[in-house]
Amino acid sequence: MEKKVVIELRDVKRNFQVGSETVHALRGVSFKIYEGEFVTIMGTSGSGKSTLLNQLGCLDTPTSGEYYLDGTPVKNMKRSQRAVLRNRKIGFVFQNYNLLAKTTAVENVELPLMYNTTYSAKQRREAAIKALQAVGLGDRLEHKSNQMSGGQMQRVAIARALVNNPAVILADEATGNLDTRTSFEMLVLFQKLHREGRTIIFVTHNPEIAQYSSRNITLRDGKIREDVENTNILDAAEALAALPKPQDD
Amino acid sequence: MSFTNLIRVAITAILSNKSRTLLSTLGIIIGVAAVIIMMAIGQGSKESIRKEISKMGSNVITIRPGADTRGGVRQDPSAMQTLKMSDYESMLSGLKYVQHVSPEVSQSGQVVNGNNNTVTTVYGVSPEYLSIRLWKVQEGDSFTDEDVRKNTKVCIIGKTVADELFPDGQNPIGRTIRFKNIPFRVVGVLKSKGYNNWGMDQDNLMIAPYTTVMKRLAAQNYFSTINVSALSEEMSEKAINELTQLLRANHKIKDGADDDFTIRSQQEIMETMTTTMDTVTLILVVAAAFSLLVAGIGIMNIMLVSVTERTKEIGLRMSVGARGRDISRQFLFESIIISLTGGLIGIGVGYLGSWVAMLMSLPASVPLWSVLLSFGVCACIGLIFGYVPARKAALMDPIEAIRYE
Repeated sequence: MEKKVVIELRDVKRNFQVGSETVHALRGVSFKIYEGEFVTIMGTSGSGKSTLLNQLGCLDTPTSGEYYLDGTPVKNMKRSQRAVLRNRKIGFVFQNYNLLAKTTAVENVELPLMYNTTYSAKQRREAAIKALQAVGLGDRLEHKSNQMSGGQMQRVAIARALVNNPAVILADEATGNLDTRTSFEMLVLFQKLHREGRTIIFVTHNPEIAQYSSRNITLRDGKIREDVENTNILDAAEALAALPKPQDD
Repeated sequence: MSFTNLIRVAITAILSNKSRTLLSTLGIIIGVAAVIIMMAIGQGSKESIRKEISKMGSNVITIRPGADTRGGVRQDPSAMQTLKMSDYESMLSGLKYVQHVSPEVSQSGQVVNGNNNTVTTVYGVSPEYLSIRLWKVQEGDSFTDEDVRKNTKVCIIGKTVADELFPDGQNPIGRTIRFKNIPFRVVGVLKSKGYNNWGMDQDNLMIAPYTTVMKRLAAQNYFSTINVSALSEEMSEKAINELTQLLRANHKIKDGADDDFTIRSQQEIMETMTTTMDTVTLILVVAAAFSLLVAGIGIMNIMLVSVTERTKEIGLRMSVGARGRDISRQFLFESIIISLTGGLIGIGVGYLGSWVAMLMSLPASVPLWSVLLSFGVCACIGLIFGYVPARKAALMDPIEAIRYE
């Protein structure tokens, strides 16, 4: 049986008008991402990866070309329709976590479900607890965001991305603010989610991370330069174990 | 987002910035309290005037001679001699809405008892006068119709007169006092009414049969006033019509010609006075309402700051699926909750202020509608002044908002 297509881009272009000049941020990008893939999208700054991420995350619409998210055409959707689509199909993980201040882990994770009225308060809380357990924070449900370390905050953010059971998890430099050790811990988590069948897109400028994903797409000047399957996926858990032990001081 | 979630989110946001919230609520609190206290004092004054007037009989109708022009000269109404004995007599029977009638002639002057004297006014009236003006005789008795018929020199005196003339607690009943050298035997002392709202001592008077006053003191055969009481306050209007028709017929006034008398009900007097109070109250309330407006602008200002500060939060909420209207509702709820809370506290402070005003012997009574009105106005303020910030938040671009530092 053929794998399900979660994301399909057909010749997506995105132009910005800056003064009298037109900036071509995306110059015709086409690819399909199948269910269960762990894709890294790489590129230097200015390569168009942020623009692409905004397209994938339904935060923006293409100037031309087509984008199907889980079979839904996004191009002509209105703002509010895209908001609902994000709510149901996408889980975002940001570089700087973006947790609500002075709010507990559970409440942060509940946030996306607050905008989904089909969930009751009880269901919402249960789903949030489940998601936090999945990222290994089952014992920190009531911790407030300012009482947690960077790694813990990012775990909460990942739990928040998982809670609506999205078609795709979009991570934007999700390890960018973390030290090496915590970064690897995050990668271990992402690999675990990948093994569980989640579709993950990880946008980064760090080529190292590509070794741990199943597919790498490299952007340059708004076009795809390289799109390769990674046949030799490294195990992040091993890499983590090989790291020098943290010194207790 | 559901209603309960909206409220929860709004309250959390409000509580996370307590001092700021407190300051913006303070404006509303002061505004609402000011409006309520002003309204309470206005209402209180009106009620106290009403009470004062109803103490004098709320169904009282006063007939006085009207101003007239004789040979092109405008005459002083009190010099007119249009209210005659025949008018009074014609009122005694056949009127449907009239309860009591009493003529009135008055004279001011010195009253003497031995070494003691005072200045007072003697009212020549019929015994019904007491029921019309709601006077009660505390000691002794009233004079009778018999006294009226026989021009007896008897009188009932007010508390002030009694105190002045009989300072050592002597019993005035049966004693004879002299008014302008005419001896009057005191048959009764009136129950005190105290001072009225205009600072007039209502107890400084003597009441005597009108026949006695007319013949022995004033030497006149007309009345200065005829006091009438309608069957009830509501029937005053009908009684006035009845009396007008009767007097016009008695005085043979042609259709279209002006009355040569004026009839005023206590109600009209009350309305005139309360209208003045209403105007004063309105001016005060409008002044107070401006402070509410300023408070509203304060809320808008603080909400605009809050929206800018929370750009990142807005971006996050949008990226996890909040629509523009979810965001705008969130901020609208915040501003409404701030202004309603302010309103509620303001109502409390208003009640407290009115109570203090009462302690300072200002008449104050908080009308319920002013509380409801203030509450409604607060909700509107939250809505109106929250709208601009809420819209600003809703129209944010999630891409820029989430990366805002």
